[in-house]
Amino acid sequence: MSRAHDMGGRFGDGAVTPEPETPVFHTDWHARALALTLACGALGKWNIDVSRHARESLSPTDYARFSYYEKWMAGLADLLADTGLVSREELSGQAPVQSGTNDRMLTADRVASVLATGGPADRPSDIAQQFAPGDAVITRRLNGNRLVNGGHTRLPGYAAGARGRILRFHGTHILPDSSAHHLGDAAEPLYAVAFPAAELWTHPEHPGDEVVLDLWQSYLEPAA
Amino acid sequence: MPHDHSDHPHSLLPSDPDLRVRTLETILTRKGLVDPAALDEIIDTYAHRIGPRNGARVVVRAWTDPAFRKALMEDATTVVAGMGYYGRQGEHMVAVENTDEVHNMVVCTLCSCYPWPLLGIPPGWYKSDAYRARAVREPRKVLAGFGVTLPAGTAVRVWDSTAEVRYLVIPQRPDGTDGLSEDELMALVTRDSMIGTALAGRTG
Repeated sequence: MSRAHDMGGRFGDGAVTPEPETPVFHTDWHARALALTLACGALGKWNIDVSRHARESLSPTDYARFSYYEKWMAGLADLLADTGLVSREELSGQAPVQSGTNDRMLTADRVASVLATGGPADRPSDIAQQFAPGDAVITRRLNGNRLVNGGHTRLPGYAAGARGRILRFHGTHILPDSSAHHLGDAAEPLYAVAFPAAELWTHPEHPGDEVVLDLWQSYLEPAA
Repeated sequence: MPHDHSDHPHSLLPSDPDLRVRTLETILTRKGLVDPAALDEIIDTYAHRIGPRNGARVVVRAWTDPAFRKALMEDATTVVAGMGYYGRQGEHMVAVENTDEVHNMVVCTLCSCYPWPLLGIPPGWYKSDAYRARAVREPRKVLAGFGVTLPAGTAVRVWDSTAEVRYLVIPQRPDGTDGLSEDELMALVTRDSMIGTALAGRTG
């Protein structure tokens, strides 16, 4: 029930190659791809969870062969077609038709304020906080989206069915499993949960090492 | 799932990445959905104005001002916003401090989450399959690739950024840096030291 993006802990990847702080963009089209994605996001037709899910829904073959910003462009093109902002004919090369929803176009003078405003993910919730720092918890054994088969979720496979302890409470945040599918914010308590490396890996590097994940309350059950 | 089939709309665009981006920009511009001047402004912002020097300023203040450090550890979002560092991909900030006992390191195994207002756009290696796959399982081998070897008594705590909370590592202040100016201290605080793949004051 996994998708190609859920790669934490995977074997077989090579070296991580450090690089200097500049240049930020290695080619013009990387910069253009980032800017196009942000500008289209400002049209308000989708949220960050929807856009993540669009990239994750690329075929495993495309996900693996595309470079980072190629994934962004493919996800963006799919979203533009899905939402009707751009037609399949236009993507195929037919003359573009003026959009009826261009009143939301991001103009240069609004860029600074849009970037500075951001999009906070905390929301009020009726769901009571069930855990406190120090509590022992177990993550769901099956990490699939429970609302939509094959849908978006933020519980990585490597941390499914693992025993950890609550490290901190972050407040109540939008649930991506719902938000990614336009099913509403469904905010619920969010926690940082610490897992001993030996709980996650057959051959942990060091007995004291830990991995911490931010996990929603519905991903967790109390541990005895 | 709308696209769990073979005809993803993106495949209608040219496959060469450079041409694909230019084609998409042309379509969107001609439809009146994208303003090329806004794209230039976004690129200029992240190429030149918002980057890791913001985070370095926060780290140096934490090193030199105990009251600031205490406030930062308690509520980083408010404290860094007070320095003008807030916005997209930095709406919920948490600072984690390296000590002799714990070394912190940040990854996003599922995508590429990163604290943009403090560190800018993530480097290529942070977004690579190799880092995303390996950082959680073998952080010490990954650190070795950056030239970092930790003492046996130091535990590694890897933060996998699975929600909208963004983590800033506060590296340890190097010994022998008393009396340095703010600018001299900032030069010690590399981008990688604030992700946790380097120690402050050391390159590579």
